[in-house]
Amino acid sequence: MTSLFEEITETSVDIPVRRVTITVNGEKRSANVEPRLLLAHLLRQGFKLTGTHTGCDTTNCGACTVLVDGRPAKSCTMLAVQADGRDVMTVEGLATASELHPIQEGFKEEHGLQCGYCTPGMMLAAKALLDENPDPTEDEVRWALSGNLCRCTGYQNIVKSVLWAAEKMRNSAG
Amino acid sequence: MYPSRFRYESPTSIEEAISLLEEGKGEAKVLAGGQSLVPMLKLRFASPELLVDINNIADLDYHRFDADGSLHIGALCRHEHLEKSADISARQPTIAAAAPLVADPIVRTRGTFVGSVCHADPQGDWASCMVALDGYIVAQGPNGRRNIPVRSFVSGPFQNVLAYNELAVEAVIPAPQGTALGGYMKLERRVGDFATAAVAVAVDMSGGKVTRAGIALTGVGGTTVDASDAAAALVGGSLDEASIAQAAELAASVAQPRSDHRGSASYKRHIISTFTARLLGSISESNERAA
Repeated sequence: MTSLFEEITETSVDIPVRRVTITVNGEKRSANVEPRLLLAHLLRQGFKLTGTHTGCDTTNCGACTVLVDGRPAKSCTMLAVQADGRDVMTVEGLATASELHPIQEGFKEEHGLQCGYCTPGMMLAAKALLDENPDPTEDEVRWALSGNLCRCTGYQNIVKSVLWAAEKMRNSAG
Repeated sequence: MYPSRFRYESPTSIEEAISLLEEGKGEAKVLAGGQSLVPMLKLRFASPELLVDINNIADLDYHRFDADGSLHIGALCRHEHLEKSADISARQPTIAAAAPLVADPIVRTRGTFVGSVCHADPQGDWASCMVALDGYIVAQGPNGRRNIPVRSFVSGPFQNVLAYNELAVEAVIPAPQGTALGGYMKLERRVGDFATAAVAVAVDMSGGKVTRAGIALTGVGGTTVDASDAAAALVGGSLDEASIAQAAELAASVAQPRSDHRGSASYKRHIISTFTARLLGSISESNERAA
């Protein structure tokens, strides 16, 4: 799939290409993209950040969820050019060099992942929730994650993982 | 990379957007939230030559109540802003009830109210709210602005009456004639699915009497169904068991449901009647509590 991205960056006379600069996980990155390139594909094939998964590709499953200016967005339903000048966080931006993010820890502690396909999207949707509401009820977690599908149907542990992370984040903030 | 090739422009003013639409000569599409358009581009149901992305136009992401009580929703106001806003939940119960039921929470961070009305999906939740509330769209073209009542705005499934060089800049909900009461009920198989059936009700009341009423149905016709007879039967009277039952029956009678994988036609008709009665019942209760 690498060739697809490189093919676009070869500026030919006929193909309109736009330069975009996006802050990805805190780092400014630029690329020449065709306007029809989806953000999910720029992240995965262009920037090699393959933690963002594309699942259904029809705006249903939420596996491709990333944060755009702090809010969750389905990156398969956004053009890369629309992210120009914005701040994008992918799952690769959660952990630091030495430490997992509490949400990632929560997924480990509470067995929040089975096959792992939906996990990056779940984690970023969870981050958007906890940034806004540090002490959600179980019901609020379920509603916040209702745009993300897990086909292993492991929702129970996903919800527990997010609640675990919320508690840990509250404790370390206090 | 699934969409077909297009020219992309991201104007920073309404005027610039309109002149781009002029240039597009009918082969341009406006991109706002993109939660319907981008999937359509990917499926190549839509293959515009020019995409006019209005997301970089400043000051279109508002919603506000004017001094006269009318509600104005800008072209870039996202569903989640309506869902999370305290003034909407205090003052506009039909919109407040529908907002958390539109698509799913992640789609709601990007999708827009005005874009959804323009998209004119017969399953769209906002079109029903607009009909129930007598809303209108403000369209701006090269020769200025005009107001288009939502009932004449939607001309068919996925069709609206905007001229090729017009941009829908705002949706307006007129001021209530008394206290604004209402709600939205939607049956969906799961979050994010289209409605099996849904009902929008907006009733203005003053002194125990209905001063204005609107009832609209989602998912039970080729376009949003305006249950105007059901609403008209309520105006001038109080909301009691008999008037509620009559309105529910009239609403169900104008539904044109089709049997499909979401349910049979008779089931959907039953849902319309039940939801209409429940919504009017709870409006009646909240009006009595307030009195």
